[in-house]
Amino acid sequence: MPGDAQYLVLEHGADSRRLRVRGQWILKNYQPIEREIAAEQRRESAHPASAGTLAFDELDLDGLEAIDTAGAAQLTRCVGALRLQELVKADSGLPAERSALLLAVAGAQPGQAESPARPPAWRELLGRIGMSMESTWKLIVALLGFIGLTLVAFVRTLFQPRHWRVTSIAAQVEQAGLNAVPIVALLTFMVGAVIAFLGATVLADFGATIYTVTLVGFSFLREFAVLLTAILIAGRTASAYTAQLGSMKANEEIDAIRMMGLSPVDLLVLPRIIALLIALPALTFVGMVSGILGGMLVCAVSLDISPSMFLTIFQRDIEIRHFFLGMAKAPIFAYLIAVIGCIEGFKVRGSAQSVGQHTTSAVVQSIFVVILIDALAALFYMEMGW
Amino acid sequence: MVSSMPPTPIVQVRGLVNRFGTHTVHDNLDLDIYKKEILGVVGGSGTGKSVLLRSIVGLQPPAAGRIHIFGEDLLALPPERRVHIERRFGVMFQSGALFSSLTVIENVAVPLMEQAGLNRAQAEELARTKVGLVGLPASAGDLYPSSLSGGMVKRAALARALALDPDILFLDEPTAGLDPIGAGAFDQLIMTLRDALGLTVFLVTHDLDTLYASCDRVAVLSQKRVLAADTLERVAAIDDAWIREYFHGPRGRAANRAAEINRSKS
Repeated sequence: MPGDAQYLVLEHGADSRRLRVRGQWILKNYQPIEREIAAEQRRESAHPASAGTLAFDELDLDGLEAIDTAGAAQLTRCVGALRLQELVKADSGLPAERSALLLAVAGAQPGQAESPARPPAWRELLGRIGMSMESTWKLIVALLGFIGLTLVAFVRTLFQPRHWRVTSIAAQVEQAGLNAVPIVALLTFMVGAVIAFLGATVLADFGATIYTVTLVGFSFLREFAVLLTAILIAGRTASAYTAQLGSMKANEEIDAIRMMGLSPVDLLVLPRIIALLIALPALTFVGMVSGILGGMLVCAVSLDISPSMFLTIFQRDIEIRHFFLGMAKAPIFAYLIAVIGCIEGFKVRGSAQSVGQHTTSAVVQSIFVVILIDALAALFYMEMGW
Repeated sequence: MVSSMPPTPIVQVRGLVNRFGTHTVHDNLDLDIYKKEILGVVGGSGTGKSVLLRSIVGLQPPAAGRIHIFGEDLLALPPERRVHIERRFGVMFQSGALFSSLTVIENVAVPLMEQAGLNRAQAEELARTKVGLVGLPASAGDLYPSSLSGGMVKRAALARALALDPDILFLDEPTAGLDPIGAGAFDQLIMTLRDALGLTVFLVTHDLDTLYASCDRVAVLSQKRVLAADTLERVAAIDDAWIREYFHGPRGRAANRAAEINRSKS
């Protein structure tokens, strides 16, 4: 018999084994009690008992000073839930509240739910690949379905001016468009300056620095203004749309809208799409002007091309079609960004974490789609000789 | 129960004033909570029941007044002592306030790991017991709060509040949104735990059945203070318009009858 056992003693009598439980079985003493149970179980391993419980004939709870739910759970584990219930019911000397606690905890003991063995790593890998393929496919189908849904809603409300939500659209245009002007202008201005520097450095070797003007104009009208703006808006507005709709969804507001016989698509999605269809082309124009101004500044400062000369060359060398080719992409980007932002918002389920996940997903998807469409458009324009 | 109460309250609220802007919720409110009692706090909507709970646990700093818990002024204590006292609280918020990114088991295991120093396996095993104790099926333990029903959220929240075996349990409308059977089991559970663990329970409720079935004393919040805090019979006998309406209205009478039937059975 070890002298340091404070909480649990198994006494071997002549023909019976007596389990004495004593001391304070409370959460503060969880670890020492756990150690004594483990020690007792090791000593018992010669006599195999069932599933970690100790083998004994009598339970003595007289020395028990205090017990809480944590201690009761430990006692249940080393005695066994059914056994403990029987013993407690039979023990008339036990105070009523203590037996009530032991019975409640013993009754609450979960069944031994064995977690299934993990499959081998290669199967898990294949499974994950399959699952991600399937979810990508579902994503595409859902996106196409949602695009169709919004188009139908758009056409339906087009002929019902009563259902045009002008206030909502104006508010969204302000948030997504007007408020984004400073950041779009600043960013494209800096990129315009960088492009001009690059052009100046490379073209100087050929004595062709004058073509920096063409480079800046060409790249900004066709590609950079719309691409940079779209990426910025994807980060700024797609995430905002997802978070707005997602928190509404988590709050059951969307269900409430549906229950009023209103369509969440008409009420929430269309104004956002239309707002972005207005805002993104406008911002793209801001981006073009500001990027070209950035190029103009660098030309004036480091290449001695005066702004008036810059504009003369610009007017002479660059055709108006480049402006239209760049601008044509803006509404497409706007539509896709808005749709992705909204559909991700609708996918939110319940928790705050879900809102975060879908916001991230909306930004990643919309930036991916913007760059993909831009690359396809570049190929198409090239093949068409535009 | 009343006669055996120890004379010193473990929570003592004196002259509590709470204001939101110009709106005064509590004005010179006094309240005592005694050891091992279940105190039901009732009052109309907007009388500041939840605000009182938040004031006592220290989430809502009062505009004036003192709150002594276990004989110490919580707000005047240095942070490290304060944490020590707060560990003896179990709070169940009105909407559950479960951490939405953790499963039910993890929700209950968090305080066990952070405060009681258990390792993850021990904490989760103990958490499973607590989850079973509040009457949730074992399969619910691995679910996230977003996939639980309203009643299951309440139970999971109670399991978390009980995780550290607190001395005082603060419950904000624990039975609201539960079916009558579930609510009855909840009342029973609270009483079992009170008897077994010597818990003190501060219970904000609208549920008359809970009040009749489990509360030792009832505190009525009205006119920005505690109108009365006494046994149910004595409070119900007070001559006040709201109290009459509340306890002697059709629902109050029905709950009283149900409680009497239960008493005569047992």
